[in-house]
Amino acid sequence: MRAAVFPASVLAGETTHVWKRRMQLLIGAAVFAAVAAIPYFVTDIYLQNVLILTLMYAALSQSWNILGGYCGQISLGHALYFGVGAYTTTVLFVKYGISPWLGMGAGGALSVLLALALGYPCFRLAGHYFSIATIVIAETALLLAHNWNYVGAAMGMQWPFNPDSWATLQFARNKLPYFYFALGLFIVTWLVTYAIEESRWGYWWRAVKDNPEAARSLGVTVFESKMAAAAISAFFTAIGGAFYAAFVSYIDPESVMAFRFSLLFALPAVLGGIGTLWGPAVGAAILIPITEITRSYAGGSGSGLDLIIYGGLIMFIALIKPEGILSLFRRSAKEGLAT
Amino acid sequence: MTAEPLLKAERITRRFGGLTANSDISMHVERGEILGLIGPNGAGKSTLFNIIAGAFPPSEGRIIFEGRDITRLSAPKRCRLGIARTFQVPKSFDTMTVIENVIVGGFVRHPSAAAARRAALEVLEFAALRNRADTPASELTPPEKRRLEVARALATEPKLLLLDEVFAGLTPSEARQGSELVKRVREKGVTIVMVEHVMEVVMPLVDRAVVLDLGRVLAEGTPVQVVADPRVISAYLGERHRAA
Repeated sequence: MRAAVFPASVLAGETTHVWKRRMQLLIGAAVFAAVAAIPYFVTDIYLQNVLILTLMYAALSQSWNILGGYCGQISLGHALYFGVGAYTTTVLFVKYGISPWLGMGAGGALSVLLALALGYPCFRLAGHYFSIATIVIAETALLLAHNWNYVGAAMGMQWPFNPDSWATLQFARNKLPYFYFALGLFIVTWLVTYAIEESRWGYWWRAVKDNPEAARSLGVTVFESKMAAAAISAFFTAIGGAFYAAFVSYIDPESVMAFRFSLLFALPAVLGGIGTLWGPAVGAAILIPITEITRSYAGGSGSGLDLIIYGGLIMFIALIKPEGILSLFRRSAKEGLAT
Repeated sequence: MTAEPLLKAERITRRFGGLTANSDISMHVERGEILGLIGPNGAGKSTLFNIIAGAFPPSEGRIIFEGRDITRLSAPKRCRLGIARTFQVPKSFDTMTVIENVIVGGFVRHPSAAAARRAALEVLEFAALRNRADTPASELTPPEKRRLEVARALATEPKLLLLDEVFAGLTPSEARQGSELVKRVREKGVTIVMVEHVMEVVMPLVDRAVVLDLGRVLAEGTPVQVVADPRVISAYLGERHRAA
C-alpha cells in the first residue's frame, strides 16, 4: 500500500515542477501574443512572407523534433510526408473539388499510415543506417512523383484561382490569413510537444534515445515508442505540406519533396536545441530569415549561398555548442540560480 | 514442501557459436530471499543473469516466473510482470535528470506523469538520491550512478530485482552503504538475485548462494556451506585467498 501522506520534501519537489510547467505555458502565451502582433508593425509584403515561412518551418521543425529530437531517430526524409500532405490536398482539391481542410486531414492520415508502414522495416535499423534509409525512401518517392502523370508528374499542379476565402484556404491579395494559419500550426505543434514532454511517451522516447537497452529493462516497448513518435511527427509534417501547397498555390515534385526540405526541417531543431521545447522555434527564427534574405538579395546564383550558410551554421554549432543555442541560456540560468 | 519458488531456471543451456556459456543449469529463487550468483570470471553468471532478465533467450531450457513460462517474453513484458534489473556498467539516460531517469521506470505502474513523478520522488528518498533529483544523470559520481540504477529498477515496483555486480569498483565504505540499501530493499519484500564476485561483500548479505563454474552449477547452499565446499575452494575461493 502506498502511503496517503507524502513526506514534505516529496510534495515540495512536485510543486516546483508544476510551477515550472505553468511558467512554460505563460512564456508560450506571451511569445505567441507578441508574434501575433508583428504584422501590425511589419506591413511590408516581402517581410511578411519571410515571417510566414519562418513560422511554417518552426512548426515543421517542431514536428520533426518529436521523432528526431525526443525519440532520437534522425530522419532526413521528412520531405516525403511534407510532399504527401501537399499532394493529397492538391489532388483532392484540384481534381475533385474537395475542401483543402478535408484534404489536409486526408494527407495527415495518409502520412501516418506511410510512416507506420515504413517504420516497420526501418526502425530495425539503428543510428546512421536509419538516417540513410530515410534519405533513400524520400528520394525514391521524389522520383516516383516526377513520373506519375496522375499527379502532374514533373509539370506539377496548379491550384485554380478563386476568391479569397478561408473555405478554400486561398488568399491571393492579403497574406495575413496565411500568417495566422502558420502561427496557429506552430502553436498547435508547440502545445503537442509541451503535452508530450510530461507524458509517458515523452519520457519513453527520451529513454529510447539515450539507451534503448536500459529502456527495455524498465518496461519501455522501444519499437512501439518509435512508431508512435514517427506517426505523430509525420502527421504534423503533412499538415505543414498541405498548408504550403495552399500558400504557394502551385506544386511540383521539386518544390515540395526535394531533399532540401528534409534538411530545413531538421536544421532549425539542431541549431536551436535538439529535443527541446523551444529549440526548433529559435533555430527557425535564425535560419529561415537568413536563408530567405540571402536568396532574394543574391538572386538566381544565391541558391548555393544558403547552403554555404547552413554548412557554416552546422560547423559553428558543432564546434561551439553541440547542444544547440538554447543550452547557452540554460547554462547561464543555472549558474544564476547557484549564486 | 514449501511454497512454490518465485523463479525457476530449468535446464538452461546457452551457446554463443562454439562456446557453451551455460550448460544445463537448473536453479531457483525463493520468495523474499537474497540469492547470490557467484563464480570466477567466465563462469557464465552474466549469461544466466541476462537470460533471466530477458536480454536474450536460452538455446535450451525454460524460465518459470510465478508458475508461468516466460522463456520467450521480451524484457519489457518481464518488467511488467515484476522483474527488474540493473546493469554492470551503469546505463543511465544521460540527457535526463536523475528524477526523470526514475520516472521512466515509474510509468510501468503509473499511467499518469504526476503519479509516476510522485512514485519517483519516494524511490529517490528511499535510495538517498533525493537531493540529486534535478541533477543531470551524466554528472553523478560512479557510486551515485549505481544507486540510480537501483532506484530506477525499484520504480518499476518489482517482485524480483536482479543486481549485476552493483559493488564492483566501489570503495569498502561505498560498498557498505550499498549493502545497507540492498538490505532495505529486501525489507520492502523484494526478492533479490545478485551477481557478484566481490565475495567479502556478498557473503554476509546473501541467504543462499549458487556457485557457477565453467557454465555449470558447481555448488549451492548457505554462504557457510558454500565457502566450506572443497570444490568451490579449489575452483574459486582457494586461488583468490592464496593470491590475496
